[in-house]
Amino acid sequence: MISEEEVRHIASLARIGLSEEEVGKFSKDLSLVLDWIDELKKVDVENVEPTAHITGVENETREDNFSDFNNKNGIIKLFPEEKNGYDKVKSVL
Amino acid sequence: MIKDLHNKLINKEITSEQLTLDYFDRISKKDKDIFSYLTLTKDLALEQAKKADEKIKKGEKIGLLEGIPGAIKDNICINGIRATAASKILDSYIAPYNATVIDKLNEKGAVILGKTNLDEFAMGSSTENSAYGPTKNPHDLNRVPGGTSGGSTAAVAADLASWALGTDTGGSIRQPAAFCGVVGMKPTYGRVSRHGIIAMASSLDQVGPIAKTVEDAAIVLSAISGRDKHDATSAHSQDKNYEEFLTGEVRGTKIGVVKEYLNSLEKNVREKIEKVIEFYKKEGAKIIETELPHVKYALPAYYIIQPCEVSSNLARYDGIKYGLRIDDGDNSAISGNSSDLPKTLLETYFDTRQYGLGRETKRRIMLGTYALSSGYYEAYYLRAQKARTLIKKDFEKAFKEADMILTPTTPSPAFRLGEKTEDPLKMYLEDIFTVTANIAGIPAISVPCGRIKEGKKELPIGFQLMGKWFDEENLLRVADAYEKK
Repeated sequence: MISEEEVRHIASLARIGLSEEEVGKFSKDLSLVLDWIDELKKVDVENVEPTAHITGVENETREDNFSDFNNKNGIIKLFPEEKNGYDKVKSVL
Repeated sequence: MIKDLHNKLINKEITSEQLTLDYFDRISKKDKDIFSYLTLTKDLALEQAKKADEKIKKGEKIGLLEGIPGAIKDNICINGIRATAASKILDSYIAPYNATVIDKLNEKGAVILGKTNLDEFAMGSSTENSAYGPTKNPHDLNRVPGGTSGGSTAAVAADLASWALGTDTGGSIRQPAAFCGVVGMKPTYGRVSRHGIIAMASSLDQVGPIAKTVEDAAIVLSAISGRDKHDATSAHSQDKNYEEFLTGEVRGTKIGVVKEYLNSLEKNVREKIEKVIEFYKKEGAKIIETELPHVKYALPAYYIIQPCEVSSNLARYDGIKYGLRIDDGDNSAISGNSSDLPKTLLETYFDTRQYGLGRETKRRIMLGTYALSSGYYEAYYLRAQKARTLIKKDFEKAFKEADMILTPTTPSPAFRLGEKTEDPLKMYLEDIFTVTANIAGIPAISVPCGRIKEGKKELPIGFQLMGKWFDEENLLRVADAYEKK
Protein backbone atom coordinates (compact mmCIF):
# COMPACT_ATOMS: atom_id res chain seq x y z
CA MET A 1 0.00 0.00 0.00
CA ILE A 2 1.37 3.37 -1.00
CA SER A 3 0.16 6.05 1.39
CA GLU A 4 -0.72 9.58 0.32
CA GLU A 5 2.37 10.79 2.14
CA GLU A 6 4.55 8.42 0.11
CA VAL A 7 2.86 9.63 -3.08
CA ARG A 8 3.76 13.22 -2.18
CA HIS A 9 7.35 12.16 -1.51
CA ILE A 10 7.68 10.27 -4.82
CA ALA A 11 6.10 13.16 -6.72
CA SER A 12 8.57 15.52 -5.15
CA LEU A 13 11.50 13.28 -6.18
CA ALA A 14 10.05 13.14 -9.71
CA ARG A 15 9.48 16.92 -9.75
CA ILE A 16 5.79 16.55 -10.52
CA GLY A 17 3.24 18.82 -8.88
CA LEU A 18 0.04 17.00 -7.92
CA SER A 19 -3.42 18.20 -6.94
CA GLU A 20 -5.01 16.71 -3.80
CA GLU A 21 -7.33 14.70 -6.00
CA GLU A 22 -4.38 13.26 -7.94
CA VAL A 23 -2.60 12.31 -4.70
CA GLY A 24 -5.57 10.16 -3.70
CA LYS A 25 -5.90 8.64 -7.14
CA PHE A 26 -2.19 7.80 -7.44
CA SER A 27 -2.14 6.25 -3.97
CA LYS A 28 -4.82 3.83 -5.16
CA ASP A 29 -3.34 3.25 -8.65
CA LEU A 30 0.25 2.70 -7.54
CA SER A 31 -0.82 0.28 -4.80
CA LEU A 32 -2.84 -1.72 -7.31
CA VAL A 33 0.02 -1.95 -9.81
CA LEU A 34 2.69 -2.71 -7.20
CA ASP A 35 0.56 -5.51 -5.71
CA TRP A 36 0.30 -7.06 -9.15
CA ILE A 37 4.02 -6.62 -9.85
CA ASP A 38 4.71 -8.57 -6.64
CA GLU A 39 4.11 -11.65 -8.78
CA LEU A 40 7.75 -11.26 -9.68
CA LYS A 41 8.78 -12.13 -6.13
CA LYS A 42 7.89 -15.74 -6.94
CA VAL A 43 10.62 -16.20 -9.53
CA ASP A 44 13.87 -17.69 -8.30
CA VAL A 45 16.69 -15.36 -9.38
CA GLU A 46 19.41 -16.81 -7.20
CA ASN A 47 22.75 -16.77 -9.09
CA VAL A 48 21.15 -15.18 -12.15
CA GLU A 49 23.01 -12.32 -13.83
CA PRO A 50 20.90 -9.27 -14.74
CA THR A 51 20.44 -8.39 -18.42
CA ALA A 52 20.86 -4.73 -19.32
CA HIS A 53 21.51 -5.03 -23.04
CA ILE A 54 19.63 -7.84 -24.63
CA THR A 55 21.79 -8.63 -27.67
CA GLY A 56 24.95 -8.30 -25.63
CA VAL A 57 26.55 -5.22 -27.20
CA GLU A 58 29.39 -4.12 -24.92
CA ASN A 59 31.80 -1.22 -24.74
CA GLU A 60 31.02 0.47 -28.03
CA THR A 61 33.87 2.91 -28.53
CA ARG A 62 34.73 5.51 -31.13
CA GLU A 63 37.34 8.20 -31.73
CA ASP A 64 36.71 11.17 -29.46
CA ASN A 65 36.23 13.64 -32.30
CA PHE A 66 33.79 16.49 -32.29
CA SER A 67 31.87 17.85 -35.22
CA ASP A 68 29.82 20.99 -35.57
CA PHE A 69 26.03 20.77 -35.35
CA ASN A 70 24.51 22.32 -38.44
CA ASN A 71 21.32 23.69 -36.92
CA LYS A 72 22.27 25.61 -33.78
CA ASN A 73 19.61 28.17 -34.51
CA GLY A 74 17.00 25.43 -34.51
CA ILE A 75 18.00 24.63 -30.93
CA ILE A 76 18.17 28.23 -29.78
CA LYS A 77 14.68 28.85 -31.15
CA LEU A 78 13.39 26.13 -28.83
CA PHE A 79 14.57 27.89 -25.65
CA PRO A 80 11.51 28.87 -23.61
CA GLU A 81 13.31 32.15 -22.85
CA GLU A 82 16.34 33.26 -24.83
CA LYS A 83 18.77 36.06 -24.06
CA ASN A 84 21.75 36.83 -26.33
CA GLY A 85 21.82 33.28 -27.62
CA TYR A 86 21.65 31.81 -24.11
CA ASP A 87 18.86 29.83 -22.45
CA LYS A 88 17.55 31.93 -19.56
CA VAL A 89 16.70 29.95 -16.45
CA LYS A 90 14.69 30.92 -13.36
CA SER A 91 16.52 31.77 -10.18
CA VAL A 92 17.37 28.74 -8.11
CA LEU A 93 16.22 30.30 -4.84
CA MET B 1 0.87 -2.80 -52.87
CA ILE B 2 4.03 -0.68 -52.79
CA LYS B 3 5.23 -2.62 -55.83
CA ASP B 4 1.90 -1.94 -57.60
CA LEU B 5 2.24 1.78 -56.93
CA HIS B 6 5.89 1.64 -57.97
CA ASN B 7 4.93 0.02 -61.28
CA LYS B 8 2.26 2.66 -61.87
CA LEU B 9 4.89 5.34 -61.32
CA ILE B 10 7.48 3.90 -63.67
CA ASN B 11 4.84 3.08 -66.31
CA LYS B 12 3.73 6.71 -66.03
CA GLU B 13 0.13 5.78 -65.21
CA ILE B 14 0.29 8.26 -62.35
CA THR B 15 2.81 10.79 -61.05
CA SER B 16 4.05 10.74 -57.48
CA GLU B 17 2.67 14.28 -57.12
CA GLN B 18 -0.83 13.14 -58.11
CA LEU B 19 -0.56 10.06 -55.91
CA THR B 20 0.43 12.28 -53.00
CA LEU B 21 -2.39 14.76 -53.65
CA ASP B 22 -4.85 11.85 -53.77
CA TYR B 23 -3.70 10.82 -50.32
CA PHE B 24 -4.15 14.35 -48.95
CA ASP B 25 -7.59 14.43 -50.54
CA ARG B 26 -8.58 11.21 -48.77
CA ILE B 27 -7.10 12.50 -45.51
CA SER B 28 -9.15 15.70 -45.70
CA LYS B 29 -12.32 13.65 -46.26
CA LYS B 30 -11.82 10.78 -43.83
CA ASP B 31 -9.45 11.86 -41.09
CA LYS B 32 -11.98 14.12 -39.37
CA ASP B 33 -13.61 10.92 -38.12
CA ILE B 34 -10.54 8.75 -37.62
CA PHE B 35 -8.02 11.36 -36.40
CA SER B 36 -4.90 9.43 -37.35
CA TYR B 37 -2.76 12.52 -38.13
CA LEU B 38 -1.56 15.21 -35.73
CA THR B 39 0.43 17.20 -38.30
CA LEU B 40 0.35 17.13 -42.10
CA THR B 41 3.56 17.87 -44.00
CA LYS B 42 2.09 18.76 -47.38
CA ASP B 43 4.89 21.07 -48.58
CA LEU B 44 7.56 18.57 -47.68
CA ALA B 45 5.58 15.71 -49.26
CA LEU B 46 5.04 17.52 -52.55
CA GLU B 47 8.68 18.55 -52.71
CA GLN B 48 9.71 14.90 -52.27
CA ALA B 49 7.09 13.71 -54.78
CA LYS B 50 8.27 16.16 -57.43
CA LYS B 51 11.85 14.97 -57.02
CA ALA B 52 10.73 11.41 -57.75
CA ASP B 53 8.68 12.58 -60.76
CA GLU B 54 11.67 14.48 -62.09
CA LYS B 55 13.79 11.32 -62.01
CA ILE B 56 11.10 9.25 -63.71
CA LYS B 57 10.71 11.91 -66.40
CA LYS B 58 14.42 11.80 -67.09
CA GLY B 59 14.25 8.02 -67.39
CA GLU B 60 16.37 7.44 -64.28
CA LYS B 61 15.89 4.28 -62.27
CA ILE B 62 13.96 4.73 -59.01
CA GLY B 63 13.86 2.59 -55.86
CA LEU B 64 10.80 0.73 -54.61
CA LEU B 65 9.92 3.32 -51.94
CA GLU B 66 10.76 6.31 -54.12
CA GLY B 67 7.75 8.60 -54.54
CA ILE B 68 5.54 6.36 -52.37
CA PRO B 69 3.65 8.24 -49.61
CA GLY B 70 3.78 7.09 -46.00
CA ALA B 71 3.25 8.36 -42.46
CA ILE B 72 5.54 8.78 -39.46
CA LYS B 73 4.61 8.35 -35.81
CA ASP B 74 4.89 11.65 -33.99
CA ASN B 75 7.64 10.50 -31.63
CA ILE B 76 10.11 10.36 -34.55
CA CYS B 77 11.92 13.61 -35.37
CA ILE B 78 11.84 15.27 -38.80
CA ASN B 79 13.98 18.38 -39.12
CA GLY B 80 11.83 21.54 -39.07
CA ILE B 81 8.58 19.68 -38.34
CA ARG B 82 6.67 19.69 -35.06
CA ALA B 83 7.18 16.54 -32.99
CA THR B 84 4.82 16.33 -30.01
CA ALA B 85 4.92 12.66 -28.91
CA ALA B 86 1.21 13.51 -28.31
CA SER B 87 2.17 15.46 -25.18
CA LYS B 88 1.26 19.03 -24.26
CA ILE B 89 4.76 19.45 -22.89
CA LEU B 90 6.12 19.21 -26.48
CA ASP B 91 3.24 21.07 -28.14
CA SER B 92 5.53 23.71 -29.60
CA TYR B 93 8.60 21.51 -30.17
CA ILE B 94 10.03 21.81 -33.69
CA ALA B 95 12.60 19.06 -34.20
CA PRO B 96 16.00 20.59 -35.06
CA TYR B 97 17.32 17.42 -36.73
CA ASN B 98 16.27 14.24 -38.52
CA ALA B 99 16.03 10.84 -36.89
CA THR B 100 18.36 8.42 -38.67
CA VAL B 101 15.34 6.51 -40.02
CA ILE B 102 14.13 9.76 -41.63
CA ASP B 103 17.55 10.38 -43.22
CA LYS B 104 17.39 6.85 -44.59
CA LEU B 105 13.86 7.28 -45.94
CA ASN B 106 14.91 10.57 -47.54
CA GLU B 107 17.84 8.84 -49.24
CA LYS B 108 15.37 6.31 -50.64
CA GLY B 109 13.13 9.13 -51.88
CA ALA B 110 10.07 8.16 -49.80
CA VAL B 111 7.28 10.74 -49.49
CA ILE B 112 6.20 11.71 -45.97
CA LEU B 113 2.57 12.80 -45.63
CA GLY B 114 2.58 13.70 -41.95
CA LYS B 115 2.96 12.76 -38.31
CA THR B 116 0.55 10.34 -36.68
CA ASN B 117 -1.18 10.21 -33.32
CA LEU B 118 -0.03 8.02 -30.42
CA ASP B 119 -0.49 7.54 -26.70
CA GLU B 120 1.47 10.29 -24.94
CA PHE B 121 5.20 9.44 -25.13
CA ALA B 122 4.12 6.00 -26.43
CA MET B 123 2.61 4.79 -23.16
CA GLY B 124 -0.71 3.00 -23.44
CA SER B 125 -2.53 0.41 -25.51
CA SER B 126 -5.34 2.37 -27.16
CA THR B 127 -4.10 5.82 -28.35
CA GLU B 128 -6.58 7.27 -25.82
CA ASN B 129 -3.68 8.75 -23.82
CA SER B 130 -2.93 11.29 -26.57
CA ALA B 131 -3.18 14.87 -25.28
CA TYR B 132 -4.86 15.71 -28.60
CA GLY B 133 -7.68 13.16 -28.40
CA PRO B 134 -8.07 9.52 -29.38
CA THR B 135 -7.68 7.97 -32.82
CA LYS B 136 -10.62 5.78 -33.86
CA ASN B 137 -10.49 2.32 -35.37
CA PRO B 138 -11.42 2.57 -39.08
CA HIS B 139 -13.30 -0.76 -38.82
CA ASP B 140 -15.58 0.61 -36.08
CA LEU B 141 -15.37 4.25 -35.05
CA ASN B 142 -16.63 3.39 -31.55
CA ARG B 143 -13.56 1.29 -30.93
CA VAL B 144 -9.89 2.00 -30.28
CA PRO B 145 -7.25 1.36 -32.96
CA GLY B 146 -4.93 -0.07 -30.31
CA GLY B 147 -1.78 1.66 -29.28
CA THR B 148 0.53 3.23 -29.02
CA SER B 149 1.10 3.47 -32.78
CA GLY B 150 -2.68 3.69 -33.30
CA GLY B 151 -2.42 6.73 -35.61
CA SER B 152 -0.01 4.92 -37.92
CA THR B 153 -2.01 1.67 -38.06
CA ALA B 154 -5.34 3.48 -38.52
CA ALA B 155 -3.83 5.60 -41.32
CA VAL B 156 -2.61 2.51 -43.18
CA ALA B 157 -5.88 0.61 -42.56
CA ALA B 158 -7.97 3.50 -43.93
CA ASP B 159 -5.57 4.03 -46.86
CA LEU B 160 -4.56 7.47 -45.59
CA ALA B 161 -0.95 6.32 -46.06
CA SER B 162 0.45 3.42 -48.04
CA TRP B 163 2.93 2.53 -45.27
CA ALA B 164 3.93 3.95 -41.89
CA LEU B 165 6.56 3.87 -39.19
CA GLY B 166 5.70 3.05 -35.62
CA THR B 167 7.65 2.32 -32.46
CA ASP B 168 7.22 -0.76 -30.30
CA THR B 169 8.27 -0.97 -26.66
CA GLY B 170 5.81 -3.59 -25.37
CA GLY B 171 3.64 -4.26 -28.43
CA SER B 172 2.95 -0.76 -29.71
CA ILE B 173 3.29 -1.73 -33.38
CA ARG B 174 1.86 -5.25 -33.27
CA GLN B 175 -1.20 -4.80 -31.05
CA PRO B 176 -2.62 -1.84 -33.05
CA ALA B 177 -1.70 -3.62 -36.30
CA ALA B 178 -3.82 -6.59 -35.15
CA PHE B 179 -6.70 -4.27 -34.11
CA CYS B 180 -6.63 -2.41 -37.44
CA GLY B 181 -6.12 -5.45 -39.69
CA VAL B 182 -2.69 -4.50 -41.03
CA VAL B 183 0.83 -5.93 -40.83
CA GLY B 184 3.20 -4.63 -38.15
CA MET B 185 6.71 -5.67 -37.27
CA LYS B 186 9.02 -5.05 -34.33
CA PRO B 187 12.55 -5.82 -35.50
CA THR B 188 15.30 -7.25 -33.28
CA TYR B 189 16.47 -4.73 -30.66
CA GLY B 190 19.26 -2.79 -32.37
CA ARG B 191 18.29 -3.67 -35.95
CA VAL B 192 17.00 -0.13 -36.49
CA SER B 193 18.64 3.02 -35.11
CA ARG B 194 16.82 4.83 -32.30
CA HIS B 195 18.65 8.11 -32.92
CA GLY B 196 16.01 10.84 -33.19
CA ILE B 197 13.25 8.76 -31.63
CA ILE B 198 11.82 10.46 -28.55
CA ALA B 199 13.23 8.10 -25.93
CA MET B 200 10.85 6.26 -23.65
CA ALA B 201 12.25 2.93 -22.41
CA SER B 202 15.64 2.72 -24.05
CA SER B 203 16.38 -0.96 -23.46
CA LEU B 204 13.07 -1.95 -25.09
CA ASP B 205 12.22 0.71 -27.75
CA GLN B 206 12.47 -0.25 -31.40
CA VAL B 207 11.24 1.36 -34.64
CA GLY B 208 9.42 -0.79 -37.16
CA PRO B 209 7.23 -0.85 -40.27
CA ILE B 210 3.42 -0.87 -40.49
CA ALA B 211 2.01 -1.85 -43.87
CA LYS B 212 -0.84 -3.39 -45.82
CA THR B 213 1.16 -6.49 -46.75
CA VAL B 214 4.13 -8.44 -45.45
CA GLU B 215 6.05 -7.58 -48.60
CA ASP B 216 5.48 -3.86 -48.00
CA ALA B 217 6.67 -4.24 -44.41
CA ALA B 218 9.80 -5.96 -45.75
CA ILE B 219 10.44 -3.12 -48.22
CA VAL B 220 10.15 -0.48 -45.47
CA LEU B 221 12.33 -2.49 -43.08
CA SER B 222 15.04 -2.77 -45.74
CA ALA B 223 14.99 1.01 -46.05
CA ILE B 224 15.35 1.84 -42.35
CA SER B 225 17.54 -0.89 -40.84
CA GLY B 226 21.29 -0.89 -40.30
CA ARG B 227 24.10 0.21 -38.04
CA ASP B 228 24.17 3.88 -37.03
CA LYS B 229 27.11 5.65 -35.46
CA HIS B 230 24.65 7.92 -33.61
CA ASP B 231 23.14 4.97 -31.73
CA ALA B 232 25.69 2.91 -29.80
CA THR B 233 23.04 0.24 -29.16
CA SER B 234 22.39 -0.28 -32.88
CA ALA B 235 23.68 -3.65 -34.00
CA HIS B 236 26.56 -4.38 -36.34
CA SER B 237 24.15 -6.20 -38.61
CA GLN B 238 24.36 -6.55 -42.32
CA ASP B 239 21.86 -4.61 -44.42
CA LYS B 240 19.52 -6.88 -46.31
CA ASN B 241 16.80 -6.56 -48.91
CA TYR B 242 14.17 -8.38 -46.91
CA GLU B 243 11.66 -8.39 -49.77
CA GLU B 244 13.94 -10.80 -51.64
CA PHE B 245 13.43 -13.56 -49.06
CA LEU B 246 9.68 -13.97 -49.66
CA THR B 247 9.62 -17.31 -51.46
CA GLY B 248 6.16 -18.43 -50.27
CA GLU B 249 7.82 -21.65 -49.07
CA VAL B 250 7.45 -22.93 -45.50
CA ARG B 251 8.24 -26.63 -45.99
CA GLY B 252 10.47 -27.88 -43.19
CA THR B 253 10.20 -24.70 -41.11
CA LYS B 254 9.75 -25.62 -37.46
CA ILE B 255 7.04 -23.51 -35.80
CA GLY B 256 6.67 -23.66 -32.03
CA VAL B 257 3.26 -23.32 -30.37
CA VAL B 258 2.75 -22.57 -26.66
CA LYS B 259 -0.12 -24.67 -25.34
CA GLU B 260 -0.97 -22.42 -22.36
CA TYR B 261 -1.36 -19.48 -24.71
CA LEU B 262 -3.90 -21.31 -26.87
CA ASN B 263 -5.79 -22.65 -23.86
CA SER B 264 -6.15 -19.16 -22.42
CA LEU B 265 -8.06 -17.89 -25.47
CA GLU B 266 -11.76 -17.36 -26.03
CA LYS B 267 -13.17 -19.90 -28.48
CA ASN B 268 -13.67 -17.47 -31.37
CA VAL B 269 -10.06 -16.23 -31.24
CA ARG B 270 -8.67 -19.68 -30.65
CA GLU B 271 -10.39 -21.00 -33.78
CA LYS B 272 -8.71 -18.36 -35.90
CA ILE B 273 -5.26 -19.16 -34.51
CA GLU B 274 -5.81 -22.90 -34.94
CA LYS B 275 -6.72 -22.31 -38.57
CA VAL B 276 -3.39 -20.54 -39.09
CA ILE B 277 -1.57 -23.47 -37.48
CA GLU B 278 -3.51 -25.89 -39.74
CA PHE B 279 -2.47 -23.89 -42.78
CA TYR B 280 1.21 -24.12 -41.92
CA LYS B 281 0.91 -27.83 -41.21
CA LYS B 282 -0.75 -28.39 -44.58
CA GLU B 283 2.01 -26.45 -46.32
CA GLY B 284 4.67 -28.71 -44.85
CA ALA B 285 5.86 -26.76 -41.82
CA LYS B 286 6.54 -28.78 -38.71
CA ILE B 287 4.44 -27.71 -35.71
CA ILE B 288 6.05 -28.44 -32.35
CA GLU B 289 5.07 -27.71 -28.78
CA THR B 290 7.22 -25.09 -27.11
CA GLU B 291 7.60 -24.39 -23.43
CA LEU B 292 8.51 -20.96 -22.11
CA PRO B 293 8.30 -21.43 -18.33
CA HIS B 294 9.40 -17.91 -17.31
CA VAL B 295 7.36 -16.01 -19.85
CA LYS B 296 4.58 -15.48 -17.30
CA TYR B 297 6.95 -13.06 -15.57
CA ALA B 298 7.49 -10.98 -18.70
CA LEU B 299 4.58 -8.61 -18.09
CA PRO B 300 5.33 -7.78 -14.44
CA ALA B 301 9.05 -7.45 -15.32
CA TYR B 302 8.06 -5.11 -18.14
CA TYR B 303 6.00 -2.93 -15.80
CA ILE B 304 9.09 -2.43 -13.64
CA ILE B 305 11.74 -1.98 -16.33
CA GLN B 306 9.61 0.27 -18.52
CA PRO B 307 8.49 2.79 -15.83
CA CYS B 308 12.03 2.91 -14.39
CA GLU B 309 13.51 3.83 -17.75
CA VAL B 310 10.63 6.26 -18.37
CA SER B 311 11.24 8.08 -15.10
CA SER B 312 14.84 8.60 -16.15
CA ASN B 313 14.23 9.47 -19.82
CA LEU B 314 11.37 11.88 -19.15
CA ALA B 315 13.31 13.84 -16.53
CA ARG B 316 14.49 16.00 -19.44
CA TYR B 317 11.04 17.60 -19.80
CA ASP B 318 11.54 20.26 -17.18
CA GLY B 319 10.52 23.48 -18.92
CA ILE B 320 14.12 24.65 -19.18
CA LYS B 321 15.71 23.62 -22.47
CA TYR B 322 12.71 23.32 -24.79
CA GLY B 323 9.00 22.67 -24.77
CA LEU B 324 6.42 24.02 -22.38
CA ARG B 325 7.43 26.26 -19.49
CA ILE B 326 5.20 27.61 -16.75
CA ASP B 327 6.62 30.44 -14.67
CA ASP B 328 5.87 34.09 -13.92
CA GLY B 329 7.70 35.42 -17.00
CA ASP B 330 6.33 36.78 -20.28
CA ASN B 331 7.04 33.55 -22.15
CA SER B 332 5.14 31.30 -19.75
CA ALA B 333 2.61 28.92 -21.29
CA ILE B 334 0.13 30.13 -18.68
CA SER B 335 -0.31 33.75 -17.76
CA GLY B 336 -2.54 35.27 -15.14
CA ASN B 337 -2.28 36.43 -11.59
CA SER B 338 1.48 36.33 -11.17
CA SER B 339 1.25 35.64 -7.43
CA ASP B 340 -0.07 32.15 -8.29
CA LEU B 341 2.67 31.43 -10.81
CA PRO B 342 5.96 29.70 -9.98
CA LYS B 343 8.85 31.98 -9.16
CA THR B 344 11.76 29.66 -8.48
CA LEU B 345 13.37 26.97 -10.59
CA LEU B 346 11.93 24.19 -8.43
CA GLU B 347 8.41 25.59 -8.64
CA THR B 348 8.79 25.85 -12.41
CA TYR B 349 9.68 22.16 -12.61
CA PHE B 350 6.68 21.15 -10.52
CA ASP B 351 4.13 23.29 -12.32
CA THR B 352 5.45 22.62 -15.83
CA ARG B 353 5.33 18.86 -15.33
CA GLN B 354 2.00 18.92 -13.51
CA TYR B 355 0.31 20.77 -16.33
CA GLY B 356 2.34 19.44 -19.27
CA LEU B 357 2.23 15.70 -18.63
CA GLY B 358 -0.85 13.47 -18.83
CA ARG B 359 -2.18 11.08 -16.23
CA GLU B 360 -0.68 7.82 -17.54
CA THR B 361 2.70 9.46 -18.10
CA LYS B 362 2.73 10.76 -14.52
CA ARG B 363 1.65 7.36 -13.23
CA ARG B 364 4.56 5.62 -14.94
CA ILE B 365 7.10 8.25 -13.91
CA MET B 366 5.90 7.89 -10.31
CA LEU B 367 6.02 4.10 -10.48
CA GLY B 368 9.55 4.18 -11.87
CA THR B 369 10.71 6.80 -9.40
CA TYR B 370 9.39 4.64 -6.55
CA ALA B 371 10.99 1.43 -7.86
CA LEU B 372 14.36 3.15 -8.33
CA SER B 373 14.28 5.06 -5.05
CA SER B 374 16.67 4.24 -2.26
CA GLY B 375 16.14 0.76 -0.81
CA TYR B 376 13.92 -0.55 -3.59
CA TYR B 377 16.35 -0.93 -6.51
CA GLU B 378 17.25 -4.55 -5.76
CA ALA B 379 13.70 -5.68 -5.07
CA TYR B 380 12.39 -4.19 -8.29
CA TYR B 381 14.66 -3.11 -11.16
CA LEU B 382 17.50 -5.54 -10.50
CA ARG B 383 15.10 -8.41 -9.92
CA ALA B 384 13.25 -7.59 -13.16
CA GLN B 385 16.53 -7.56 -15.08
CA LYS B 386 17.36 -10.96 -13.67
CA ALA B 387 13.95 -12.25 -14.73
CA ARG B 388 14.83 -10.85 -18.14
CA THR B 389 17.84 -13.13 -18.26
CA LEU B 390 15.66 -16.15 -17.46
CA ILE B 391 13.19 -15.22 -20.19
CA LYS B 392 16.01 -14.80 -22.68
CA LYS B 393 17.31 -18.25 -21.75
CA ASP B 394 13.83 -19.72 -22.27
CA PHE B 395 13.94 -18.44 -25.83
CA GLU B 396 17.49 -19.61 -26.45
CA LYS B 397 16.36 -23.08 -25.44
CA ALA B 398 13.14 -22.95 -27.43
CA PHE B 399 14.99 -21.81 -30.56
CA LYS B 400 17.20 -24.88 -30.44
CA GLU B 401 14.14 -26.80 -31.61
CA ALA B 402 11.83 -24.24 -33.19
CA ASP B 403 12.73 -21.73 -35.91
CA MET B 404 10.02 -19.39 -34.66
CA ILE B 405 7.09 -19.30 -32.26
CA LEU B 406 3.47 -18.65 -33.21
CA THR B 407 1.03 -16.93 -30.81
CA PRO B 408 -2.03 -14.70 -31.04
CA THR B 409 -1.11 -11.00 -31.12
CA THR B 410 -3.88 -10.04 -28.68
CA PRO B 411 -6.36 -12.03 -26.58
CA SER B 412 -9.34 -10.30 -28.25
CA PRO B 413 -10.21 -7.83 -31.02
CA ALA B 414 -10.37 -4.02 -30.55
CA PHE B 415 -12.21 -2.86 -27.44
CA ARG B 416 -14.54 0.12 -27.11
CA LEU B 417 -13.31 3.64 -26.49
CA GLY B 418 -13.32 4.31 -22.75
CA GLU B 419 -13.67 0.63 -21.87
CA LYS B 420 -10.31 0.35 -20.11
CA THR B 421 -9.24 3.92 -19.38
CA GLU B 422 -10.23 3.85 -15.70
CA ASP B 423 -8.36 0.67 -14.81
CA PRO B 424 -4.60 0.78 -15.48
CA LEU B 425 -4.18 -2.98 -14.91
CA LYS B 426 -6.79 -3.91 -17.50
CA MET B 427 -4.97 -1.73 -20.02
CA TYR B 428 -1.57 -3.19 -19.08
CA LEU B 429 -2.83 -6.75 -19.65
CA GLU B 430 -3.39 -5.85 -23.32
CA ASP B 431 0.35 -6.45 -23.81
CA ILE B 432 0.31 -10.03 -22.54
CA PHE B 433 1.39 -11.73 -25.80
CA THR B 434 3.47 -8.92 -27.28
CA VAL B 435 5.64 -7.74 -24.41
CA THR B 436 7.77 -10.89 -24.33
CA ALA B 437 9.48 -10.08 -27.63
CA ASN B 438 10.61 -6.71 -26.24
CA ILE B 439 11.86 -8.23 -23.00
CA ALA B 440 13.80 -10.86 -25.02
CA GLY B 441 14.83 -8.37 -27.74
CA ILE B 442 13.68 -10.72 -30.51
CA PRO B 443 11.90 -9.75 -33.74
CA ALA B 444 8.14 -10.31 -33.98
CA ILE B 445 5.49 -9.66 -36.61
CA SER B 446 1.69 -9.43 -36.46
CA VAL B 447 -0.30 -10.60 -39.48
CA PRO B 448 -4.10 -10.35 -39.94
CA CYS B 449 -5.86 -13.74 -39.76
CA GLY B 450 -9.54 -13.07 -40.25
CA ARG B 451 -12.34 -11.21 -38.53
CA ILE B 452 -14.56 -11.73 -35.54
CA LYS B 453 -18.17 -10.58 -35.44
CA GLU B 454 -18.91 -8.16 -32.60
CA GLY B 455 -22.46 -6.85 -32.85
CA LYS B 456 -22.93 -5.59 -36.40
CA LYS B 457 -19.22 -5.11 -37.10
CA GLU B 458 -16.52 -7.50 -38.18
CA LEU B 459 -13.30 -6.79 -36.32
CA PRO B 460 -9.85 -7.91 -37.44
CA ILE B 461 -7.67 -10.21 -35.38
CA GLY B 462 -3.99 -11.04 -35.84
CA PHE B 463 -1.45 -13.74 -35.11
CA GLN B 464 2.14 -13.18 -34.14
CA LEU B 465 5.37 -14.87 -35.16
CA MET B 466 8.37 -14.36 -32.87
CA GLY B 467 11.76 -15.27 -34.30
CA LYS B 468 15.40 -15.68 -33.47
CA TRP B 469 17.57 -12.62 -32.92
CA PHE B 470 18.37 -11.00 -36.31
CA ASP B 471 16.27 -13.52 -38.23
CA GLU B 472 13.73 -11.06 -39.64
CA GLU B 473 13.97 -12.57 -43.13
CA ASN B 474 12.59 -15.94 -42.05
CA LEU B 475 9.78 -14.36 -40.04
CA LEU B 476 8.83 -12.31 -43.08
CA ARG B 477 9.06 -15.36 -45.36
CA VAL B 478 6.72 -17.44 -43.19
CA ALA B 479 4.32 -14.53 -42.58
CA ASP B 480 4.20 -13.79 -46.31
CA ALA B 481 3.45 -17.45 -47.16
CA TYR B 482 0.30 -17.27 -45.00
CA GLU B 483 -0.80 -13.97 -46.44
CA LYS B 484 -0.44 -15.28 -50.00
CA LYS B 485 -2.52 -18.41 -49.25
